[in-house]
Amino acid sequence: MSILINRNSRVITQGITGKTGQFHTRMCRDYANGRDCYVAGVNPKKAGENFEGIPIYATVREAKQATGATVSVIYVPPPFAAAAIDEAVDAGLDLVVCITEGIPVRDMIETRYRMQGRKTLLLGPNCPGVITPDELKIGIMPGHIHLKGRIGVVSRSGTLTYEAVGQLTELGLGQSSAVGIGGDPVNGLKHIDILRLFNDDPDTDAVIMIGEIGGSDEEAAALWAKDHMKKPIVGFIAGVTAPAGKRMGHAGAIISGGKGTAQEKLEVMDACGIKVTRNPAEMGKLLKSVL
Amino acid sequence: MKIHEYQGKEIFRRFGMTTPRGVPSFSVDQAVKAAQSLGGSVWVVKAQIHAGGRGKGGGVKVARSLDEVRARAGEILGMQLVTHQTGPAGQKVRRLLIEEGADIRQELYVGMVVDRTTQRVCLMASSEGGMDIEHVAAHTPEKIHKVFIDPVKGLTDADADDVARKIGVPAGSIPQARAMLQGLYKAFRETDASLAEINPLIVTGDGRIVALDAKLNFDDNALFRHPEIVEMRDLDEEDPAEVEASKFDLSYISLDGNIGCLVNGAGLAMSTMDTIKLYGGEPANFLDVGGGATADKVTEAFKIMLKNPELKAILVNIFGGIMKCDTIAEGVIAASKAVGLEVPLVVRMKGTNEDIGKKLIADSGLPIITANNMAEAAEKVVAAAKGK
Repeated sequence: MSILINRNSRVITQGITGKTGQFHTRMCRDYANGRDCYVAGVNPKKAGENFEGIPIYATVREAKQATGATVSVIYVPPPFAAAAIDEAVDAGLDLVVCITEGIPVRDMIETRYRMQGRKTLLLGPNCPGVITPDELKIGIMPGHIHLKGRIGVVSRSGTLTYEAVGQLTELGLGQSSAVGIGGDPVNGLKHIDILRLFNDDPDTDAVIMIGEIGGSDEEAAALWAKDHMKKPIVGFIAGVTAPAGKRMGHAGAIISGGKGTAQEKLEVMDACGIKVTRNPAEMGKLLKSVL
Repeated sequence: MKIHEYQGKEIFRRFGMTTPRGVPSFSVDQAVKAAQSLGGSVWVVKAQIHAGGRGKGGGVKVARSLDEVRARAGEILGMQLVTHQTGPAGQKVRRLLIEEGADIRQELYVGMVVDRTTQRVCLMASSEGGMDIEHVAAHTPEKIHKVFIDPVKGLTDADADDVARKIGVPAGSIPQARAMLQGLYKAFRETDASLAEINPLIVTGDGRIVALDAKLNFDDNALFRHPEIVEMRDLDEEDPAEVEASKFDLSYISLDGNIGCLVNGAGLAMSTMDTIKLYGGEPANFLDVGGGATADKVTEAFKIMLKNPELKAILVNIFGGIMKCDTIAEGVIAASKAVGLEVPLVVRMKGTNEDIGKKLIADSGLPIITANNMAEAAEKVVAAAKGK
């Protein structure tokens, strides 16, 4: 078992013909069961063609009907990415993973509004994606650093997720799934949603939760975990040294109005029974100590 | 992206919002001419810098004659204006806004931001205008009224009127307040703003509702559809290092310390800064080099960091995923040679082809210090910065 995706998932790539889409589709197809899982691409101008054997359809709906796929991954450029999410939602997919970085916030507000009451889950945007080691990789993370196992990883940031995964793998601790929820202020699945999934996954024993400055998603997740989480969680928050009012790369990583500081988040997590470290080099070791 | 007050007011007027009449001025003579053309007997001379708190810092003055306009404009133009948002060095005033004086009966506050939890635009309003709104929010949160705006319906008449009443707008001025609030939402939405503030929004002696100030920030990711807003960018107001970095697609923020950091990924970059601090050092900057740490990009990044006279050492921390460590090593070596690097350089690389990358660095003959993990890297760069 795992969360969100496994070897039986069938995936449509939206934006398969662009440079980024091509590169990562290849990398994902070559990982574990990728060859069976990546069944379709979408590009209205190239319907009927194929990308290295993966058939291309005009719309997500057609791709779904033809292949039975229930998941899509989006590499469409920012001005068109929110519309690509809308299309996947309208086609009734179960999960949309949006890798695209730089989508205007207004577009995401409108897309999230349209998603209300729909069954489709959204991961991202501006995220590395999700991987279930030795089964399926959907996104831009380097596959080879992962090891199959029983630790869940959830993070807003890409390379910091890899850092945590790398530390776990070095300690011989494999991962059930590793999920990057993305660094944008208006996004889909949040820490709390991923914790819920890990909590219900019989093959996850413990979770590393990595956050960063800005917003209050980590606090909300910690408060939920205090009453509901049956498995140990360890945490880290990036940005203790970040000054207020300066945006630290991610559109969502900003301390505004004195809210969203790393200090505040660490305190809430600690009070909710989550073991936290201030040293990102210690994330793996800390996790090992709670098993 | 940020703009000046006078530019914000131009946008407000385009959306039917009432502002005082005013003219931007770049010299003292222009300021006097502006006051003449506006007419009347009371003017306000306002420093135009991107930071808030201008009034307290002495950047906003009332003048009751043209001679006073000349005197006040002369004092403010060119001054280093220090506010709680500029830092101790302050910001040089290069532009003024000359406005007609206003007859203020009430000062209110109105703001708009994107609320992450509800994923909607949030209208915040308060009767406590003219004050530091963060102070109001912290001490008397009941005085801040919020509306989470439905993206399809927009700000409804009922919600706008309700908020206007709650913040003390007199009954006769409610229709005008409604137009102001709905105009603000329309402006916010249509310009892809990330923050809008009117502090103060005033009720005049004769009951008119006027935006006495205007603060607008925009979503950088949406600027591609607003060339007219991009034209308003004032590079004088931005950190030259950050402007230079943005030309090379580097995300860079200047900080006060002496250890330069070059990292791939925003989260890892912040963590690297945190780790340096944890080991007793102070980061000189945040720098996310993005997905492609090529020789060109690393060279430009080094050049930008080296312009900082305080810089004592550099830490490069790369998690090579898709990007291979040997490529990164080649980039770092080429960049070190290109800039003739004289400060100590610590490199930590992890991921694909790590061993080849490390060997390239060892064989380069350059005095590069390597580290196996973030903690070791931080320890070494802090020691190097202290001359140990």
